[in-house]
Amino acid sequence: MDIHYDEKELAFREEVRQFIREKLPPELAAKVKSGKRLTKEDFLCWQNILSERGWLAQHWPKEYGGPGWGPVQRHIYEEEAAAAGAPWIIPFGVGMVGPVIIKFGTKAQKEKYLPRILRNEDWWCQGYSEPGAGSDLASLKTRAERHGDHYIVNGQKTWTTYAHYADMMFCLVRTDPKAKPQEGISFLLIDMKSPGVTVRPLLLLDGEHEVNEVFLENVKVPFENLVGEENKGWTCAKYLLGFERTGIAGVGQAKEWLRQLKAIAAREKNNGKPLIEDPSFRARVAAVEVELMALEMTNLRVVADAEKGGAPGPESSMLKILGSELRQEITDLMRRAVGPYALPFFPEYFDTDQPIDVGPEYAPPLAAQYFNHRKVSIYGGSNEIQRNIIAKMILGL
Amino acid sequence: MNFELSDEQRMLQETLSRLLREQYPFETRQKLLQSPQGFSRELWHRYAELGILGVPFSDEVGGFGGGGIELMLVAKALGRALTLEPYLATVVLGGTVLATVDSQRARSLLEEVIAGQTLLAFAHWEPGERYNGAILSTHAQARDGGHVLSGHKAVVLHGQDADRLIVSAMTREGVATEGIALFLVDPRSPGVTVRGYTTIDGLRAAEIQLESAPAELLAAPEQAAQAIDRAIGYGLVALCAEAVGAMEVICELTLEYLKTRQQFGVPIGKFQALQHRMVDMVIRLEQSRSITLLAAAHVDDTGIDRDRALSAAKALIGKSGRFVAESAIQLHGGIGMTWEYSMPHYAKRVVMIDHVLGDVDFHLDRFSSLMEVSAA
Ligand SMILES: Cc1cc2nc3c(=O)[nH]c(=O)nc-3n(C[C@H](O)[C@H](O)[C@H](O)COP(=O)(O)OP(=O)(O)OC[C@H]3O[C@@H](n4cnc5c(N)ncnc54)[C@H](O)[C@@H]3O)c2cc1C
Repeated sequence: MDIHYDEKELAFREEVRQFIREKLPPELAAKVKSGKRLTKEDFLCWQNILSERGWLAQHWPKEYGGPGWGPVQRHIYEEEAAAAGAPWIIPFGVGMVGPVIIKFGTKAQKEKYLPRILRNEDWWCQGYSEPGAGSDLASLKTRAERHGDHYIVNGQKTWTTYAHYADMMFCLVRTDPKAKPQEGISFLLIDMKSPGVTVRPLLLLDGEHEVNEVFLENVKVPFENLVGEENKGWTCAKYLLGFERTGIAGVGQAKEWLRQLKAIAAREKNNGKPLIEDPSFRARVAAVEVELMALEMTNLRVVADAEKGGAPGPESSMLKILGSELRQEITDLMRRAVGPYALPFFPEYFDTDQPIDVGPEYAPPLAAQYFNHRKVSIYGGSNEIQRNIIAKMILGL
Repeated sequence: MNFELSDEQRMLQETLSRLLREQYPFETRQKLLQSPQGFSRELWHRYAELGILGVPFSDEVGGFGGGGIELMLVAKALGRALTLEPYLATVVLGGTVLATVDSQRARSLLEEVIAGQTLLAFAHWEPGERYNGAILSTHAQARDGGHVLSGHKAVVLHGQDADRLIVSAMTREGVATEGIALFLVDPRSPGVTVRGYTTIDGLRAAEIQLESAPAELLAAPEQAAQAIDRAIGYGLVALCAEAVGAMEVICELTLEYLKTRQQFGVPIGKFQALQHRMVDMVIRLEQSRSITLLAAAHVDDTGIDRDRALSAAKALIGKSGRFVAESAIQLHGGIGMTWEYSMPHYAKRVVMIDHVLGDVDFHLDRFSSLMEVSAA
């Protein structure tokens, strides 16, 4: 056992660091670091840079265009990218539907979609949740009926992240209403430009537009857009959920935010002294850092284990719980650090590079960020559901 | 001991609650939030008619003659309706200052406040000092028989709506005795810049810059200290009670949701993990009610027990408020994250109350320094 990076890993870290230093546009990094809203173009800009280098599809096998990285390499990339202020990679294409197509897709589907994902030509969204089917995903009602060489799809999806940017949606639909819930579901790829698809924004509590409702009204979907067998969509969905949870620990981002928190607390004053020297605030920061040190190790251990056994197992639920709650704790401390200046709210802050003339320059996004990040313990399988999984699958309760 | 409200107190609570139920549904509140004014002048005048603006003041100045408990009842009702009007800024902070200062000028201004004709803001805290109002850079100088003030006041609640600002400033020998005095400033005067904005919880506040702004002395240091202390005491009671009102609604909405939202073929309230979280929310709410009552009952006293009760209340409310708000969002799932639904707006207010008049750490610190520790 050796928990240190070896020579090769250190060299890899240097390579990643240098690549990011050379390629990441400084304006983009500044946007990320100051908590601004990233546009579709911002995300694509960085993903195209990664794509050119062959580093976009970090989980894909080499023969499909992956870089051939193991968990340690991916961890190093994540940490360096977050530290430098690189945008996160939008997961829906490369992290979710890609692996499903690789595992279950036909030859034609692989040839059609995988290269487009690698080149960022399609923006994908995830059409799983419905108003009546969140945690209980298998109760979904969106219906697909076969008519000759296509399906007719009717129903409603909700919470669909970035559907307003999307070209394609991978979607769970019910193809056999008489079968048991999990057995009548299929995995369909839907072109968002199809007639009958309507996207309606749903604003989050901080006013952000990230998620949408997607209405499907007599949408024609060619039969060739079925992935895997008809009524076997649940297998695809379960396989994908494992991928959804890798990287979910968010260690790189947590480390970067902890650095920002310390920097803020060093500049804020309490009774004439830097806030970071205030014993109670300092103890709160210390407690978070201790937890984060352990999480980094837990993350590497779980991911390295998963590497041996294929898709990550129920252990990744632990990473989801720890990672989400830790990041929430950091956003909480950041808002507290700025005291009364957590209150002023400037929606325009998120889209302009004009400084706000009120309070310290780091304060404007902090309260909104805290509220917005309540989502990380809800989406991708809520933390209650993750605890259920651990109780059942690991502990046998 | 007797925890029953008097008939008069019950009537006050019911009158206000009914008014808000009828005229301030969540949709109305959301429309006001988006309006340029940001709150309802009309409702403000209704408050005046009903005597709500005079609740914590004596009948000699046209007040209701109430104290901490009456203020608690009012603020709780305002919290339940998630109101946007400048009650805290004008009545609780500004009004209490005026009621404490014994002068003709203060009394006539307070009458205008109670009648709903004048809005006030309390410009006290400064950038870089967090919740500590003991150290001020704003200072007063004598000029032409009057005074001028220079300085910067931070996050002044409803600063952009005020007809009169009550501003604290350091005085030097010759202006008054040395120390912090209180002044009245007309925000339209030369030398006053008001930079208004909305806050994340939908209210309004402003940065106020003073550059040799003409000011009228309201209270010299000794009296000013007393007025500031009383105003903050009342402010703490009002904020805690507002938080309790908002937490009540959050708990009611969450409980209702647990009983109606179905997943896996049952109401999600059947899941024990959620039951326990809901129970903990309700326990936090009960504790919050108790500590707020304690603070309200002590706010008109003087001495260490009062200060202890006030800081204990604000510290406990800060911690409980966060727990209740975060839990409610979590138990709702995606719905708890949306703008369209009322609960998340209550959650925002409850969390942000911790950023007004001192947060958990500030008040725990203050409580620690007042805490009784017996010798071993
Ligand atoms: C910002 C955001 C982005 C999202 N993006 C997407 C997206 O792109 N695509 C997509 O398909 N979905 C997306 N989602 C939806 C997300 O996956 C769901 O919100 C999540 O699965 C929870 O479902 P729900 O909101 O219906 O809550 P519910 O399932 O109704 O849950 C409500 C509460 O009950 C709890 N609960 C439910 N069942 C149990 C149980 N058996 N035991 C204990 N507790 C239980 C939950 O944990 C939660 O606390 C997004 C959600 C958010 C908030």
